[in-house]
Amino acid sequence: MQMKEHKPLIVAFCCNWCSYAGADLAGNNRLNYPAEVKVIRVPCSCRVNPMFVLRAFQRGADGVIICGCHPGDCHYVSGNYYTRRRMAMLFSMLDYLGIEKERTRIEWVSAAEGAKFAATMNDFVETVAKLGENKRLEDLRCK
Amino acid sequence: MQVITREQLIEKAVSLLAANTVSCVLGWSRGEFDYDVSPAVFRSEEEVRRNFVWNDFCGANMSKYLISKASGVDGKILVFLKPCDTYSFNQLLTEHKFDREKVYVVAVPCDGMADFRLIKKVCGEGIISIDSEDAILKVKTLYSDSPISVPLTDVLAERCKNCKSKKHVAYDELLGEDGNVLESGRFDEVKKLEAMTAEERFEFWQNELSRCIRCNACRDVCPACTCEKCVFNNPSSGVENKAAANSFEEKLFHIIRAFHVAGRCTDCGECSRVCPQNIPLHLLNRKFIKDINEFYGEYQAGEEIGLRAPLTDYTTEDIEPCEIFHRRDTDA
Amino acid sequence: MQRIGVFVCWCGSNIAGTVDVKAVAEALKNEPGVVFSTNYQYMCSQAGQDMIKAAIAGHKLGGIVVCSCSPRMHEATFRKTASQAGINPYMVEIANIREQCSWVHKDMATGTEKAIILGKAAVAKVNLNTPLTPGESPVTKRALVIGGGIAGIQTALDIADAGFPVDIVETKPTIGGKMAQLDKTFPTLDCAACILTPKMVEVAQHENIRIFSYSEVSEIKGFVGNFDVTIKRKARYVKEDICTGCGACVEKCPMKKIPNEFNLGMDNRSAVYIPFAQAVPKVATIDPNACNMLKNGRCGICAKVCTAGAIDYTQKDEYIEEKYGAIVAATGFNPISMDKFDEFAYSQSKDVITSLEFERLTNAAGPTAGKLLRPSDGKHPHTIVFVQCVGSRCSACTEKGKEYCSKICCMYTAKHAMLTRDKYPDTEVYVFYIDVRTPGKNFDEFYRRAVEEYGVNYIKGMVGKVTPEGSKLKVQASDLIANKQLHIDADLVVLAAAIEPDKSARPLATMLTASMDTNDFFTEAHPKLRPVESPTAGVFLSGTCQGPKDIPETVSQAGAAASKVIGLLAKDKLTGNPCIAKSDEWMCNGCSSCGKVCAYGAITYEEKEFRLPDRTTKIRRVASVNPAVCQGCGACTVTCPSGAMDLNGFTTTQIMAEVDAICK
Repeated sequence: MQMKEHKPLIVAFCCNWCSYAGADLAGNNRLNYPAEVKVIRVPCSCRVNPMFVLRAFQRGADGVIICGCHPGDCHYVSGNYYTRRRMAMLFSMLDYLGIEKERTRIEWVSAAEGAKFAATMNDFVETVAKLGENKRLEDLRCK
Repeated sequence: MQVITREQLIEKAVSLLAANTVSCVLGWSRGEFDYDVSPAVFRSEEEVRRNFVWNDFCGANMSKYLISKASGVDGKILVFLKPCDTYSFNQLLTEHKFDREKVYVVAVPCDGMADFRLIKKVCGEGIISIDSEDAILKVKTLYSDSPISVPLTDVLAERCKNCKSKKHVAYDELLGEDGNVLESGRFDEVKKLEAMTAEERFEFWQNELSRCIRCNACRDVCPACTCEKCVFNNPSSGVENKAAANSFEEKLFHIIRAFHVAGRCTDCGECSRVCPQNIPLHLLNRKFIKDINEFYGEYQAGEEIGLRAPLTDYTTEDIEPCEIFHRRDTDA
Repeated sequence: MQRIGVFVCWCGSNIAGTVDVKAVAEALKNEPGVVFSTNYQYMCSQAGQDMIKAAIAGHKLGGIVVCSCSPRMHEATFRKTASQAGINPYMVEIANIREQCSWVHKDMATGTEKAIILGKAAVAKVNLNTPLTPGESPVTKRALVIGGGIAGIQTALDIADAGFPVDIVETKPTIGGKMAQLDKTFPTLDCAACILTPKMVEVAQHENIRIFSYSEVSEIKGFVGNFDVTIKRKARYVKEDICTGCGACVEKCPMKKIPNEFNLGMDNRSAVYIPFAQAVPKVATIDPNACNMLKNGRCGICAKVCTAGAIDYTQKDEYIEEKYGAIVAATGFNPISMDKFDEFAYSQSKDVITSLEFERLTNAAGPTAGKLLRPSDGKHPHTIVFVQCVGSRCSACTEKGKEYCSKICCMYTAKHAMLTRDKYPDTEVYVFYIDVRTPGKNFDEFYRRAVEEYGVNYIKGMVGKVTPEGSKLKVQASDLIANKQLHIDADLVVLAAAIEPDKSARPLATMLTASMDTNDFFTEAHPKLRPVESPTAGVFLSGTCQGPKDIPETVSQAGAAASKVIGLLAKDKLTGNPCIAKSDEWMCNGCSSCGKVCAYGAITYEEKEFRLPDRTTKIRRVASVNPAVCQGCGACTVTCPSGAMDLNGFTTTQIMAEVDAICK
């Protein structure tokens, strides 16, 4: 049993046009969320390669979240629809391999949804913190 | 014992060669032992008569070899394809991997192929010959006086036990009679795994994948793995690794391998056939196939030429990734 | 290894209040590649920018990291600064330590720790940055408008007035489209012809406009600024430049029993015809399926009576090729077929008509010279039932009708009902509706006049069945408000048929690689912010090909599309965004997955010869990205199993380096 509270490391991939702007808005409105969340900006959620997600886990991330425009609102017309399929496949496969499904998440956050961004991150960090350290998908060499 | 005999195939090959319909033949060639069959190109009647085999060990899917063999030939190349092989054939054509005009396909019905590893389990080591008669294999070993009889059905390869289709989806000429697409239990194992807890699944895969020696046979034989340069061999891809350095990299390799072929994998089962460590790799591919069927509608890669693979397609109403678990948890 | 400079901004106390900026600058000093690191109160100020420029010069920096506010705020500013200091603007990365750090974390230690990590990620990325230069492509200063209805006409006129040459391609023998068939227009009731035909004439006389009527687009190649289009000019067997439109041939033609499309088959025309009096171009066309001379070589009367000598039976389809910088789709709509709506007896009775047929029946140039007469017996109808939403909002039964609202039916039905009551006060008019939708300037007032001043009976409810009985049409309907069944003996039933995109739209979209929705309406680049552009660069949308619209809306959208075209054609060169996809031909295996996920049609495939290390050559199919068309989303990069596709500015190794830096 882990006694000390584990501070999870969260990698958040955010699309430039909606979710990254949503994260900025959360900042403008001073809506707090844990500093464990680190955002990586991508042009569109469809730029997120499953390899990036695995890489993050490999290097010790405890949770990975991908944020994009709401379906139908993609700046690039259809990018997030492909993301939705790819990540559904990937998350399902990770779960099939016995990786805790709570460690991966996808969330649609628009540029106007600063509050949703903060709430999502608060919730995700809390969920992942409960799971403890990511042991099942960690590259020991990098520690 | 296959419905179509070796002689029939040889006669077909010889006559097509003689008529100049084709200039060479892609087929199965004998090795040292009967069960030791490998793909080969035959260029003359003599070569065909000498080395061409067709028996219960011709599991190798010839489609992928067309990528390298079809481009260089003068005229056409003859290829013998079993029903499951034809799906790969179509998928490769969908991806523009070779010129259809360069290939003459003779479709061969298949009664399922034997898994030598299962025969060995029954008959032990030292197998010197295997004859097949009326779906009974007569196995001679160094250590037994009389041949051991084994019914083919007992030693069928897993993929043949769960054969998805006896129907050829592409050919120029068909030998014998064509079969039908079958209802198979090929997802049963996947369902069993899905029903386990995450811990149990993790244990299961840890146990399976930790045996991986990264020989890359699964990748090299896979008809969907047709990259000029595999990302795992490419120093600039950022994920290059020649050998798995730890348990993560075993998983990384197999997840990415399965993901790259998701929606394109025809479930031919070659990956599991060639794995020297007996890792049930098809269970990864079938998970993707099953998910695709459940989330986006029934899809069989290679059923027709030109189908749009599910991961290069979408509908505005697709299931949300969070719902897939919700759906499963509420079903259970 | 790059020589990197790090600039940490305080943003007054906005950042410095929760982040120890000095500590951040100090910590980042030790990152690989960093040769200079500093902090300053306002990096975006002139003094801050000068400081960056001085550091770039003084320390020979190749790349810079600015730890400041969001890149959405000042990335452009710092790129410009870098460029002024002589380094490539794309060698700049921003670490967002304000919006995504100092403003959301309260504690100095936490904020500082996170700011350092974000800075490290940016440094890791800059280490892999390469200078990028936007591509340039020339612009052909000519526009193509496909479709010659009011949408196409308005777009063409606006572009032509701005001084750019425009070609209109119209499949029919004349431009004018659906509007030419209408009688009056709502809500002002001015006659359609009176406002449309002057515009048609203006098009014909405009020095910058060419009309290719009776023509189709058969091939489109190229991309924004550089389209190569092949236009098929169908043989009309009349020399367009010689024909004076006198009509002598039409009069003398012996084949007079050809259903007249313009009047929706409610009267006949001859084999050689001019669709209507104000047609543009006003020239005759011979219908090859009806003309005896063309079918079996017997007749030739029209050639004999044509004093101008314009008839030419030997004419062949002609193909012309032209270059365009921009293409406007204005393919319009059609009412849907009533075949599947047998409950309304459309196929059984001539007196069940569509609203467009009703327009022709009330039009002075129509088959009844404007008198409202029943098609079956030519008698004046006394009871008329209008049925709204026939095939519109049909979500329960999509194989029959359309899920969407056709938008124009409420208003034109109100117009029809009002005009009928106005001209023929002795008629009883019923309108059955699901909802009456009248958003638009003066629209609701118009509808209320129909009800209040003209006594039209509006009944909320649907017609269940229409049964022809003798000379009457028995209409069974429900009144949802009174909650009772109604039986009306009608003389005429008018169906407000849903509208759908013209059949030519789908093949056109394929040629343009423009996207469409499931209803075959063209999809706009952004539903709110780019409503008149297709996602395919250089392709613009005008009128109902994008969605149901009335005339005022169509005209305003047509003008908007024109202004976008003008904006494009006004440029001499197009400067692209350099952050676009690129394919490594040596790795590409030609599987064509990337092309399938590209929303812009930016990826094409070609067979290319490669020289291998062993001195042999090999021909392989490989993808190539058109930099003028690619928008840089990256969908292709993930689809590519080989990793041959990568995205400038967001390369796989760059993003992985960021991941690694964050997870370290």
